[in-house]
Amino acid sequence: MAGATRPGDRPISPFVSIWRWHVTMASSILHRVTGVGLYGGMLLLCGWLMVIAAGPEAYEPFGAFLAGPIGQVGLYLLVACFAYHLANGIRHLVFDTGHGMKPSDAETTAWFAILFAIAAPIGLWALVTFGG
Amino acid sequence: MSKDKSTPLGRVRNHGAAAEGTGHFVGQRVSAIALLFVATWFVLSAALSMDGPTYLAAIDFISQPFNAVGLILLIMVALYHMRLGMGEVVNDYVHKPFAKMALLLLNTLVPLVIAAGAIFAVLLVNFGV
Repeated sequence: MAGATRPGDRPISPFVSIWRWHVTMASSILHRVTGVGLYGGMLLLCGWLMVIAAGPEAYEPFGAFLAGPIGQVGLYLLVACFAYHLANGIRHLVFDTGHGMKPSDAETTAWFAILFAIAAPIGLWALVTFGG
Repeated sequence: MSKDKSTPLGRVRNHGAAAEGTGHFVGQRVSAIALLFVATWFVLSAALSMDGPTYLAAIDFISQPFNAVGLILLIMVALYHMRLGMGEVVNDYVHKPFAKMALLLLNTLVPLVIAAGAIFAVLLVNFGV
């Protein structure tokens, strides 16, 4: 056949292992990852409440951990996880109504959720550190 | 026409659609909508009103009635929501029957125990000696 492409150049079926990475894929995976992270965060919050109820001596090492570098970075990451899960959760609630499913819209909102997750913890950190 | 779409053999073996997916779907979304408000309130309120992770700041925060009620709501709704979500993750990625059952059981019992402990802790800070 004239003009036929060689077999190697033909489009092939979108097999999973060679599929291009989409931001919508990343947004879906991140939703799960941040959800699992927040699971840990809730266990931490509940542990925090219990050691506070147990008294100042019991709270001492827990408070020192939270105030230390690992605790502070952990809290920062939890805020980032929360911001992402919140933004992407709203996105999914909108999807449930049947809106925003056009590929270009879904990609735009996925980027928004990711950027919000980067901006929100920085904003909150700045507000806590420099705010009144 | 029968409402049950599974075959008689499938029903006997208790396999096929469990016909309880809608409850999971609705529960996940109702708790998500509640958490939009409760969890956002907690993150902002805790970060902005507590002066560092000190014992006194925590007691101050928890002993305000509005915060105590908010915390108890957060514990109940968030643990419910995360149990549904983690159950989905386990069902998707864990295929060995024993490990799957064990993780699903833990995923049900751990949030229950944690919720009881954490709610009691909030009450103890407010009403304890």
